Amino acid sequence: MSGTADAAAAPAAATAAVLQLVDVVKRYQVGQEQVNALAGVSFGVRAGSFLAIMGASGSGKSTLLNILGCLDRPTAGEYWLNGVDVAQMSDDALSDHRLHNLGFVFQSFHLISQLTVAENIALPLFYQGLSREEQHERVLRLAAEVGVDNRLRHRPAELSGGQRQRVAIARALANNPPVILADEPTGNLDTATSRQIMSLLTTLNAEGRTILMVTHEEDIAGFAKARIQLRDGRILQIDGDIQS
Amino acid sequence: MTGLQILPLMLMGLTDILRHKLRSFLTMLGVVFGVGSVVAMLAVGEGASQQALDAIRKLGSQNIILSSVKPPEAGAEGVQRSSRMNNYGLLYADETRILETVPGVVQTVPARFMRKQGILGSQMLELRVVGTTARWFEVVSRPLLAGRLLTPRDEVGRATVCVLTESGARKLLAGRHTIGQTLRLGSTFFRVVGIVKNAEGTGGMQTPDRDTDVYIPMKTGIERFGEIDMQMSASSRSMERVELSQIIVEMRATTDVEPGMQAIEAMLRRFHKKEDYRIDVPLALLREAEATKRRFNGVLGSIAAISLLVGGIGIMNIMLASVTERTQEIGIRRAIGARRRHIVLQFLVETCVLSVGGGIIGLVLGSVIPLLITHLAGMPTVIRPYSLILAFSISAGIGIVFGLYPARRAAQLDPVEALRRD
Repeated sequence: MSGTADAAAAPAAATAAVLQLVDVVKRYQVGQEQVNALAGVSFGVRAGSFLAIMGASGSGKSTLLNILGCLDRPTAGEYWLNGVDVAQMSDDALSDHRLHNLGFVFQSFHLISQLTVAENIALPLFYQGLSREEQHERVLRLAAEVGVDNRLRHRPAELSGGQRQRVAIARALANNPPVILADEPTGNLDTATSRQIMSLLTTLNAEGRTILMVTHEEDIAGFAKARIQLRDGRILQIDGDIQS
Repeated sequence: MTGLQILPLMLMGLTDILRHKLRSFLTMLGVVFGVGSVVAMLAVGEGASQQALDAIRKLGSQNIILSSVKPPEAGAEGVQRSSRMNNYGLLYADETRILETVPGVVQTVPARFMRKQGILGSQMLELRVVGTTARWFEVVSRPLLAGRLLTPRDEVGRATVCVLTESGARKLLAGRHTIGQTLRLGSTFFRVVGIVKNAEGTGGMQTPDRDTDVYIPMKTGIERFGEIDMQMSASSRSMERVELSQIIVEMRATTDVEPGMQAIEAMLRRFHKKEDYRIDVPLALLREAEATKRRFNGVLGSIAAISLLVGGIGIMNIMLASVTERTQEIGIRRAIGARRRHIVLQFLVETCVLSVGGGIIGLVLGSVIPLLITHLAGMPTVIRPYSLILAFSISAGIGIVFGLYPARRAAQLDPVEALRRD
């Protein structure tokens, strides 16, 4: 462990940063071997940042994003979220955090194939307990915002990749989250579509949302205002407005 | 601010069943056949068991046979005082008393036996003449081969009619054409009205009928032949008066036989000074019936266990497969912010509806199949309530458990783990 001094200092840093990682380690058991996906990562993110997390495959960038998105828990170290240590939070509390504060955009979209576009977008609203009318109203607005309002009754399989990612972004925005996490959001898209998706994310950042994006493409990372370079589970380089 | 209520979650579970039409149909089908096959197989097994027990019951396993016996000391006296009238045996009153006092008695059949020379056409045969009532044929139930049985009207009218057994008829060279012809018994002429099958393989099992019986109405017998049986030999003449040679007491069930026998014995001992009667229970039949019942209980138990196992494994597989397939969906829902219990509740509703719905359809199917089997193959089938309850509760239970288990397991995973599965 890094010692109690760090732990005591962390909450103070967290007042400035929305998210603060302190010496985060993530270990996986692969067969007999232990693999350190993250080997002690520390940094903080201020509200309104647009951060690109970069690195070769296997560098631990997706693991980092999953931990930031509370989809995974660190093996060791601390992750402070608005001044609360994630390790202290119950599973329900983490679910609620995702439900109200986070929006996810995945490389492979992760839409539910049996649901229509409208139902997929409405899913976070459903779990928030909104009435059908409220859900419907919000879905129409979101779909118009990302440009899929003419596809609401279609299934994901009937859409192009770009359209699917727009639906996924609409779903990520449904709960009006302050933080959006995007894991290779353009990984399965062509260049033109990638650009459209990136300008959408840039607009969302301009609205004041924090965006954390994993990518390995230099030109995609160019849309971000700051970047972290990972190698073998450690931070290699930090550029831009990031607290280390 | 956890605004999500239970009702919308349950509604989502229901709409989800409709969304996955094929998968829901296949899952339900698994439960339908699981339940249906258990019910149908048990119905066939129960039918066979019932048939076997009925067959034994037809032989008379729930009968008690009372016979008149000449008391030993009286017999010795009879030899000395050759012309004395010898009174012994079962009385008409005994039959009435049994019918009125012994619990569990269905009916009683009185019979008087006499040995007579029978003459039909040119054939002559020593016959056992059984003077009895129409009820004889209910208790000693044998297939009627030709003509008709004795009826209560024959009794009332003291008709001189008789029914032959198959072996007796064969020895007298009688057949279907004999119906309506005249059989001479002693000095009386009887019209042959019917031929019944007699017990096969006599000897092994105790049965009330014999090879060469001829059945006549009891009252006709008393009227024509009297109640006194006279036996003459070179040195002496003995006369016996026996009211009834035999009373067959039919009990409601084989379990009533032993207590019934004790009650009858106690009653007869009170009214008979001498021991001029014998009580027989076709014990072999009784034991056979019990053994058969035990055997079939074993068979039914194995059928139930095996078909529940097979049905259960089928249901388990399809539930495990169809829910495990949705692990990624569960991951997506969790990533978006669904709590574990939201996932579990949604799948609980889905699996409950599929299992219970499939179970109910299965019960209907399982009840129709035995009817078809009976109708088409002529095999007897019996559906017992326990088989319906057993099949439904175990199958639906397995469906719910193995539908819920993988959903719960997926909900327990870190969302990132669940998302990775596809």
